Formats: sequence, structure tokens, C-alpha cells
Amino acid sequence: MPDLSINFAGIKSPNPFWLASAPPTNSGYQVMKAFDAGWGGAVWKTLGVPVVNVSSRYGGVNYRDKRLIGFNNIELISDRPLSDNLREIEEVKKRFPQHAVIASLMVQSRQEWHDIVRASQDAGADGLELNFGCPHGMCERGMGSAVGQEPNVLRTIVEWVMEVATVPVIVKLTPNISDITEPALAARQGGANAISLINTIQSIVGVDLDQFSPYPIVDGQGTNGGYCGPAVKPIALNMVKNCAQHPGVQLPISGIGGIENWRDAVEHILLGASSVQVCTAAMHFGFGIIREMTSGLEQYMREKGFQTIQDMVGRALPNVKHWEELNLHYKVTASINEQKCIGCQLCYTACEDGAHQAIRLNEGTRVPEIIDENCVGCNLCSLVCPVEECITMERRDDGSRHETWQQRTVAGNIPTEFEDERAGGRHHWVPEPAAALGKEKHKTLPGKARQFEPVPTSPPVVRE
Amino acid sequence: MAEYSPPTSEQEFQANFAQLKPRMNRTEAMLESSRCLFCFDAPCIQACPSGIDIPQFIRQINTGNVTGAARTIYEANYFGNACGKVCPTEVLCEGACVYNLQDVKPIEIGRLQSFATRAQMDSGEALFGPGAPTGRRVAVVGAGPAGISCACELRALGHEVDVFEAKAQPSGLTVYGVAPYKITNEETLAEMAYLQGQFGYSVYYHAPIASRADVEKLEASYDAVFLGIGLGSTSTLGLPGEDSAGCVGAVEFIEQLRQQHHAIAVGRRVVVLGGGNTAMDAASESARMGAEHVTLAYRRSKADMGAYDFEYDLAKGVGVEGLFNVAPVEITGNGKVEGVRFVRTATTGGQVQPVPGSEFVVPCDMVIKATGQSKQTTFLGLIDGLQLDAKGRIILDSRTGQTTNPRYFAAGDAGNGGAEVVNATAEAKVAARGIHEYLMSQDLSS
Repeated sequence: MPDLSINFAGIKSPNPFWLASAPPTNSGYQVMKAFDAGWGGAVWKTLGVPVVNVSSRYGGVNYRDKRLIGFNNIELISDRPLSDNLREIEEVKKRFPQHAVIASLMVQSRQEWHDIVRASQDAGADGLELNFGCPHGMCERGMGSAVGQEPNVLRTIVEWVMEVATVPVIVKLTPNISDITEPALAARQGGANAISLINTIQSIVGVDLDQFSPYPIVDGQGTNGGYCGPAVKPIALNMVKNCAQHPGVQLPISGIGGIENWRDAVEHILLGASSVQVCTAAMHFGFGIIREMTSGLEQYMREKGFQTIQDMVGRALPNVKHWEELNLHYKVTASINEQKCIGCQLCYTACEDGAHQAIRLNEGTRVPEIIDENCVGCNLCSLVCPVEECITMERRDDGSRHETWQQRTVAGNIPTEFEDERAGGRHHWVPEPAAALGKEKHKTLPGKARQFEPVPTSPPVVRE
Repeated sequence: MAEYSPPTSEQEFQANFAQLKPRMNRTEAMLESSRCLFCFDAPCIQACPSGIDIPQFIRQINTGNVTGAARTIYEANYFGNACGKVCPTEVLCEGACVYNLQDVKPIEIGRLQSFATRAQMDSGEALFGPGAPTGRRVAVVGAGPAGISCACELRALGHEVDVFEAKAQPSGLTVYGVAPYKITNEETLAEMAYLQGQFGYSVYYHAPIASRADVEKLEASYDAVFLGIGLGSTSTLGLPGEDSAGCVGAVEFIEQLRQQHHAIAVGRRVVVLGGGNTAMDAASESARMGAEHVTLAYRRSKADMGAYDFEYDLAKGVGVEGLFNVAPVEITGNGKVEGVRFVRTATTGGQVQPVPGSEFVVPCDMVIKATGQSKQTTFLGLIDGLQLDAKGRIILDSRTGQTTNPRYFAAGDAGNGGAEVVNATAEAKVAARGIHEYLMSQDLSS
């Protein structure tokens, strides 16, 4: 039986799943309900000087019939009095001593930081998370991401906090910066015990086509918000990896961004996170999703033979390389399983229009054919294919040769001139440009109605 | 015990004949349209006789451009809503959907199509209008799917069109012949009104063109004539007792049913003769009208039936019993149907032969003959130079719809011998283009 419990920079919890600092952790009621449901920890909705919020606070990105593949908010930190939050933190800790309760904090002056750190600790918080990430509303007041974007300021505030902190301190980073490792290093230098990332990404999730206003709409107007949800996971994974691989950072990482199920969590963990935080998925589906997450994680660990979470942390990192370290001799090409193919021909049109014209159609069958010599092994066809395991990428090289761009550079064997013979596409076949004209027009224009010209509604305009 | 009680009110009738393809709501349309793969050179388009760009209209529904979806549909097929509901989609677009090859439910194309067209019809906003007047006049005989489609297309091309219809309502078999669980009279007529409102052709009802004098009048007043006359009444079988009370033709029975609903009654025990889709409809309808026992009798085997499998399944689903390899030899009873005497048959070398001494009687109080409709050869004989093939179908150029009399064009059942609404509407569009080509090449002053 795998052990899901973690010790994250000294903060213990029965499993790695924490609720992120956000609306689901706004009150003791919600946090108790979450713990009751099986969550391992909760980062309380950020404490500070209580705010005033607007009405209409969230916007969503839907894909076809799928709701909220992306989500943004323009809500601020807690709007409840500090004493109410602290009293409830104390109550939760009494009832759930084994669970992790982390106080998220955001204030301005050194004195305020000292006061709120002490108050949180007195309330029984197991750890503190410094909110240097909020990208809307608070940053304009010199807090949140305004701090996360200024490593020197960030370090100074961490130092203030560390002057009085008696529990582990996590610094929450903003992704609204070109190099995430700079604030991560500053957190380390300031003495923080851990980092968490990513906070939300500055965004406009959509524009109302009738009101000409961005979502969410507040009295006919809107503002940029913070983007999160499944769509941001790829950005989060890359930033978690950057921090995990940086030799100067060397801090436990709490992974945040697009985590909705056990697979997402494992991906964060394999790239270096040792706890994970969830918000959007809980806001969308409620706390009940935790049952699938723990069960999936446990099953995965059992199958892979991992005893503890720590066994898995960063397991993918050795395989995350810079581009110039990849093997240029590795060669795959696409293979279509004719038995599985349903003849949608999406692979054909994708390769034809979006890649390398390496798929052809033959008379008498709807199953397309790969033109091996044109296939560059880009994966596009296998990605658009709607049938599981129908198009697979098969290895064609014998695995005996390994040469990277780096090695070729050292060996002086890289293209250096515009007409260089060593260019990768030098001898790739491409069709003549004019061969595109009229090709398959009968297949890409409207059905049999295509045999008719559209009915003219007015005489053609003749230009002088 | 029959599953259905005889309906005594419009409400009960509608319950017995609940729509097989009910209208989708927006959520359902969003979910269903999201499943479309947007195939390249999509098989559904190829399977549609009217060539509607199906992936395009589904994508338009999915992006909230329902008006655009309706335009895509109507551009290819003026009976867009009717076809969404009455087409045998199981063997056309939906049957061609690639999901079938994956054992996944195909996209409900018919219902999505009607979702878009109904929304457009309800909005009342025109998508099309008549073209610039050409001064040419065309007479359209028959206001069925072929006639109305031809009229729409001709008006779009700027020709004046008068439609002559023998009956009281437009759309032909869509309102007089299709099973009531496939489409309602209201939505059929709403689509007809929507089309006429946009294109502005005239329709004369109760105006049969039947005599040589009628034909000459048309020829004198119009530059071309389109024949969308469909088929005639049910052919007689020549059986003893065929004229007994309670022995009716399927086409006539269904017409009554569509027009009078619960005001008509079926027998307690009904025998339907035939193995085509009309036979399946008549059998299903008898059962839904509360007949206690419905027997479907066909002279060949079940596998030989012309009906689509799903149509037979529909009939079986409402309790209809199949009786195969039997041929009727007599309608028994004294002026009033009491039964059908059958002889068993054997099919050898494609020929159906009676098995001597195998006669038996199936008692019943109603017989519905669904054994094919006659061709309107007598009427067609009134037109100079109009040639028919051996089966009584009008010979025409499939590219233009032109008959062997150059001023006459035709499409639909009268030319193809009896097919779907979608075939008629598609062929009529082609014929309208043929008429246009013909008219514009003629010197008007002559």
C-alpha cells in the first residue's frame, strides 16, 4: 500500500493534494468540508487588509461543448476581517490536527508583515504562503505580482517575514515574468523554505460580441484577470520544471496550475513538485473530485512500485533537456492501422495543409496512405486522428547513432550559410507551388450544391 | 392486447404518433454538434442526394451561427426541414458517418438539420429572394417536393412561376403520404409558407392539369412546363373481393390518416400487403391507430423486402407481425372484408411460385394494399412527343431534367419511379437549372 503522506518543507499532510488559496478556502466551513471529503491540506484565502470586491468576478473559456477549459477571475484577496479568518483557522486546526493549514498572506509594510505572520502562527497555521502572484487589483497597489516581478523587493519582504517566522514559509510566484527562476532565486536568497507556482496568468478570457466588453462584465465594462484551469497546465509544468532544474533554487516546490485529476498531479510531481494545489477543478466540480485523485494516484504508485510520493518527485527531470541536446538521428514516421481507420481523412488534410504533404489518398478507399519518404515524423496526423492507436509513430532508425546539435556545433557540422548543403530541409520533397491551385476544390467546397454557381442577387459591379 | 388504444382526440393521436426525430433544444444541439469530426471530403455529403455541406452546417451550429447553418442547408435543399425529419438518414448521411466504423453512434445529422431550419423558419427572416426578372414564365405541375423545389430555384433565377396543384395543400407526399410520426402537418406547411414567402411563386390549389385542353392552355401561356406529378393511386391487384368495403390502398389510407388523424378508424385486425417502405408505414400506422392485430404479408422472404431494415424494425417495435412467402389470392367476405386467402409461395430462380394446396385464410376486417403506385401514363400521353420508358417513367436528361419534348422538364417520382423526398428536391433543382439554360437560349421575341 503506497504511502500518500508528505512532509513538504516541514509541513505534514496525509496526501499531497491541497486546495490553493482561492475562493474554495474562503472560510472554515469550506476547509472543514474539504478535509472531511479527503483533501490533505488547504492554503487559506489570502489574508491582509480586507478588500472590497466587484460583482461578476469570473470568466470562462469553453471549447465546443466542454465548459471551463480555461477560467479567469478578478476577485481580490479575502474581504473578511482578519480576526474571523484567524478564529476559523484555529477551529479547523483543532478539528484536523493532521491536516495542513497554510495561511496565505499579502500586506505592505514590514510592520504589517510581522504582525500578520505572528497572528497566523498564533492561530495555529502549519505554514505561511506569501502571495506574490495576484496579477490583478492588488498589483496596482504594489502587492501581489508587483512583488513577484521585482526579485529585489521579493527578497526584502521574504527577509522581513523570516525575521519572525517560526513555521515553514512558501513563496508563491507569478508566471507573469519572462524568467521564473529569477524570483525563485530571490526567494531562496531571502531565506524562504519553499516555493509554489504558478499563480494565475494575466488574461482576457473573451470579449462579449454584443456589449463589446471583456469578460467578466461589470456594468458594461471589464478588466484583465488571472487565468487558470486546465488550459494553463502546460505553462505551469514548464515553470515548475525550470525551478526544479535550476541548481541555485533547490527548494521544495508546490505545483499549481491546471490540476484536475491524478494524471495532472503526477505530471507536476514528475517534474519536481512535492505537493500540488488545486483550485479551478474544485470550483467547477466540488470537493468530491479528491476521491478520484487519491485513488488514481495510489493506483499509479502501486503499478509503478513507488512507495512514497518522494520516490516520484522529479523522476522526469533527467529527460527534460535543452533542444540542442536531443538526438538528431532519432527518426519516426507515421503508420496507419487500416483495420482501425474510419476514413475521416483528417490526417490527410492536416498533413496536406498543415505539415509536409506526406499523406496521399487513393482511389477506391477512404484509408489514406503515408508517403514514407516525405514523412518528417512530426506527429500531427497521430494527434488529429480521432481513433485510439490508429496512427502510431514508428521508429525507423536503428538506434545506433546519437548526435546532438550541440555535438554538431562543436564538430563544426551545422548549416552556417543561407544556401548551406547541411540544411535539414535541403533534400526534402515539396510540391510545385502551382500544383496547389484547384486541387481538390470539389472536395473542399460545399456539397453537390457546388455544381451550381451562386445565384447573383444584384448585377455585377463593373469598375472603370 | 394492442400496445396502442385507438386515439379519440388530437392529443391522443399525437401521443400515439410521437415524433421519431423530435426537435432538439440548444443544449442538445451543442452537445451533438460538438461530436462532429469535420471529416475531409465527408462521406455524409457524398451520401446526401442533395449534397448538403453537412460538416459545414454542423460547425455553424456549434459556433452559434444557426442562421448560417440554415442557409447552408437551404442553399442545397429547399426541403431542408422536411428532409431532416423524413429522410431515411439511417441509410444516407447518418449511415455514412465514419463513427459507424468505430461502433460509435453516428451524428444525428437529421435532427441537427431540422434544429437549424426550424429556428430559421420561426424567425421568419428571409434567406433568399427572387432574382432579377427575366420575362420568362414557367408552369409547374404539382406542388410536391419536386414542383416546389423547382419553383423556388426558378424564382431565384428570375423566372415567373405558377404552380398547379390538384389537391388542397402543398408539399405532396410530405403532407399526404409520410407517416405522421416522421413529421407533423404544421411544420410541413410552415416550411412551404416560408419558401413561398421568400420566393413569391403563385400556387393554384384544386387545379388539376388532366385534359388535353389543360395541357394546351399551359403551352399557350408559358415558355416551359415542369412536371412534378409524382405517381398515381395504388395499383389494383385484380383479386376477387378487392372492391370489398375495408380493402383500401396504402397511399389513400395514409392520405386520410394525415388529413383526418383520429377521425378515421382502422380495423381490429388489419392485414397489410406488401414489402416496401409504404407497407411498413401502413402497418406501423395501423398499430398506432389501435388495431389489435396487424399482419404484414409479403410474397417473398424477409430478406427480399424492399423496405429498409430500420423501417421493418419500427413496425415490429409496435407489434406488427411479419408473414413471409405468401401471396393473396382472394379477399374473403360478402361485400365486406372478412379475411385474406393466401397461398404459400416458393421462390425458385427468382420466380415466385404458388405452392399448390397450401391455401389458408387470415381473418381480418381491413386490408391495406401497399403493392405499388400506378404511373400517370394516361395523363402523360396527352403531351406531344413525351416518351416514357418501359416502366412508365418519363425519359429525361439527368443533367438538365429535359424530357423528349424540349419544352417539358421533369423530376421526382414521375421520372425516377418513386424515391425519397430528398431525391425529388435535388433532381428538381437540377431541372430548374436545365429550364433556365433552355429559356435563356430561346429568343423571346419569336
